[in-house]
Amino acid sequence: MTSEIAVIGAGIIGAACAESLSSEGLQVVVIDAATAVGTGTTAAGMGHIVVMDDSNAQFALTEYSRRLWNRLAPELPRTGEYEFCGTIWVAAGDEEMDEVRRKQAFYDGRGVQCEILDERSLRKAEPNLRKGLAGGLLVSDDSVVYQPCATKFLIDRAVSNGAKLRLGKKVRVVSDDGVRLEDGEFIAVKKIINAAGIGSGFLDGGLNIIKRKGHLVITDRYPGFVSHQLVELGYLKSAHGNRQDSVAFNVQPRITGQILLGSSRQFGIDDDRIDHRILGRMVKRAFEYMPGLRDLSAVRAWTGFRPATPDNLPYIGLCPEFKNVYLAAGHEGLGITTSLGTAQILTDLILDRPPKIDCEPFSPFRKVEQAANG
Amino acid sequence: MEPVTLSINDKALTVPGGITVASAVLVSGASFFRRSVSGSPRGPLCGIGICFECRLKINGLAHRRSCQVIVEDGMKIETDEQN
Amino acid sequence: MNKISTDILVVGGGPAGMAAAVGAASKTTAKITIIDDNPTFGGQIWRAELGKIKSPEARELIRKLTSDRIELLNGSQIFGRADERTLLAETANGTKAIEFKKLIIATGARERFLPFPGWTLPNVFGAGGLQALVKGGLTVKNKRIVVAGTGALLLAVAEYLKAQGAKIVLIAEQSPALKVYKFVSNLARHPKKIVDAIRLRAKLLNVPYLTDCYINSAEGDKRLKAVNLRRKAKHWRIECDYLACGFHLVPNIQLASLLGCHIENKAVKVNEFQETSLKGVYCAGEPTGIGGVELSLIEGRIAGFAAVGEKQAALGLFPGRKKAQNFATALNQAFALRDELKYLADDATLICRCEDVELARLKPFDSWRSAKLQTRCGMGPCQGQICGPAVEFVLGWKTDGVRPPIFPVSLESLSDICET
Repeated sequence: MTSEIAVIGAGIIGAACAESLSSEGLQVVVIDAATAVGTGTTAAGMGHIVVMDDSNAQFALTEYSRRLWNRLAPELPRTGEYEFCGTIWVAAGDEEMDEVRRKQAFYDGRGVQCEILDERSLRKAEPNLRKGLAGGLLVSDDSVVYQPCATKFLIDRAVSNGAKLRLGKKVRVVSDDGVRLEDGEFIAVKKIINAAGIGSGFLDGGLNIIKRKGHLVITDRYPGFVSHQLVELGYLKSAHGNRQDSVAFNVQPRITGQILLGSSRQFGIDDDRIDHRILGRMVKRAFEYMPGLRDLSAVRAWTGFRPATPDNLPYIGLCPEFKNVYLAAGHEGLGITTSLGTAQILTDLILDRPPKIDCEPFSPFRKVEQAANG
Repeated sequence: MEPVTLSINDKALTVPGGITVASAVLVSGASFFRRSVSGSPRGPLCGIGICFECRLKINGLAHRRSCQVIVEDGMKIETDEQN
Repeated sequence: MNKISTDILVVGGGPAGMAAAVGAASKTTAKITIIDDNPTFGGQIWRAELGKIKSPEARELIRKLTSDRIELLNGSQIFGRADERTLLAETANGTKAIEFKKLIIATGARERFLPFPGWTLPNVFGAGGLQALVKGGLTVKNKRIVVAGTGALLLAVAEYLKAQGAKIVLIAEQSPALKVYKFVSNLARHPKKIVDAIRLRAKLLNVPYLTDCYINSAEGDKRLKAVNLRRKAKHWRIECDYLACGFHLVPNIQLASLLGCHIENKAVKVNEFQETSLKGVYCAGEPTGIGGVELSLIEGRIAGFAAVGEKQAALGLFPGRKKAQNFATALNQAFALRDELKYLADDATLICRCEDVELARLKPFDSWRSAKLQTRCGMGPCQGQICGPAVEFVLGWKTDGVRPPIFPVSLESLSDICET
């Protein structure tokens, strides 16, 4: 049976696309250079499913996608470790509390459940946060997933819907008729989805995907030390950041009782090795919010590369210069969250149905404009 | 060395000084140090601090490798046996 | 953070490390620093008993170590590196950044554990493991102990435990009789070893020593009650208090791997001067291949001399090393692991003890990396030090990839890094 659609990349984005397309009866082939699914950027992330209000477009995509995750949650296996732990955006001082109130109004007006916490209720919710933090915003429907297993679940589902999986195969060239692999094999398909993340730019030289290196550390098991994903409001400054290295307090409780600590962003680095200086900065930042972290045992640390676009919104849609090639790449630090929404949008576009949210802001054509404005 | 008095799960015990906490716990007759992630009883395996099976809460600090800690007077040792 | 610098940094205070430091110190006035994570030097084979080292050879080396102007850093755990010539260590007084000109890696070896049903029961220990616990103060008087697995270590452990008053019920050596006898007869070429062997045999009279014999499973409810043994067609059960079971040793190559040294067959590749593929980085002792204490001492000395440019002095030790290497080769051949040991674990047997991952859950995968991500096998605090060698032997996977921290450290230690 020949495939109709090739999905390049078996990370969370490719997996979600494969699952979504194959569940509509389309013949899909998923291709990845790695020998296992979800072992690249996907494996390195935090698995935080979070609504973000950085822009209307980002809000629309994250909120839509979060709804799809929450709907999928009961079907995930136990190994997917789906937890509705919620997010608390932590305000250190009064200026950040203004931001908390702004956020609350924004979310409230758009049907996202959230609650303002003052200093006392913040400490009640998270006793290990230091005294003197002004408060925060609790977004209770945010969740956490163990994304390597969720990725495998989506791929397995796609395969059981008839999709084919070609691992250990690197794609060399993409054209409107199909993909050519490095070993010379040509796979003829009707449509192609480039979901290759940090590798996506190689397949279409025009893409402006930059790598943003991040570090994470995970501790031994300390159940009950933290209950919600805690993110400092300054996270957004870091995520938006221009060209500077930055760290932000971002802590996640895993179902195992381990604590996952992030986050850092660095530009223009190809080296995937741990940089102790920025790792140290990141951990020090965390102590400023949770001093009790000092004594916890750090068991592993790793790095990952977020694929970022110049305006921090992903490319979702038909690729310029092609008739049959679509892009689903450049999700920066929101790949896990927005994977399901991305997949659904692409499926709708391919099947000529109106997507559920406005996807103009994600149009790959906008990159042409950016280059023109350069 | 001077003997040392400590408590294991709130029971007082006097042991020779200079021995490891792991040895003290084993000498007290207990072999159940910690519960594994799926709840089964575990005790020390490697004896040299690399298997992490001998982890105990010592003086309130969790996950201490008891085979690497020397007993001290007044030490409070907690195993998972009571949980 | 505390920054220090030295000319020669020796990582590991066992026989090889001590020999390297003392050897280097005898030829140079350059600054030499030796670092070890234990409170006292000696490594595993010369592990101090209640703070005191028993072996006279070790005591002599320690005397030299402490009398020279060698900087001693005990209780310090290397966990990462800041740059090509700076390592990071966790100490009781914060993180230390140690800058070096030359590095000698002498990180020793650890016991290999193989899984079998019941191996996670309390009172199942490693062979070296039980010895280490007894040296740490555990009393074994009148305890019924089965010593099993493979290697010359089993005899040393049995002798030690017997001297402490234990009842050694059996020594079960998995290697076939022919291989062991071949090894014993080979000892004739090493007179010192023959004397050791005879003395050992004398001490162990009345202790049954069976070759071709291995543990099939361990039984017990909340702790070990009995072991089931197999020898050719015979199966039988022995009730015992403790099981001391270890399958020879595996090299500790984590630091060498982290630095990017070339690794071959799970050992650090070195040239005749004990230099690794990285210029100025040497490796001596077990990480270059399991070879025993004599070989470790010679290799350490050669590395110490070579690191300070004393090639002639190093050359003088080459014949002694060759002899010790022959012994090491014979040792490894005699105690090679038999195939049956791959099949002791059944589907329900745990392979990863930190994360409780049983064999059945690992079987569907074809690589360490994907199995790790999907099951968490190897992602626990032991960082795969226990399950890694087991997985390599039982499933044939390559367990590669080393990242810092190469040993769990506190978040405090990770944070204590200077920005510059």
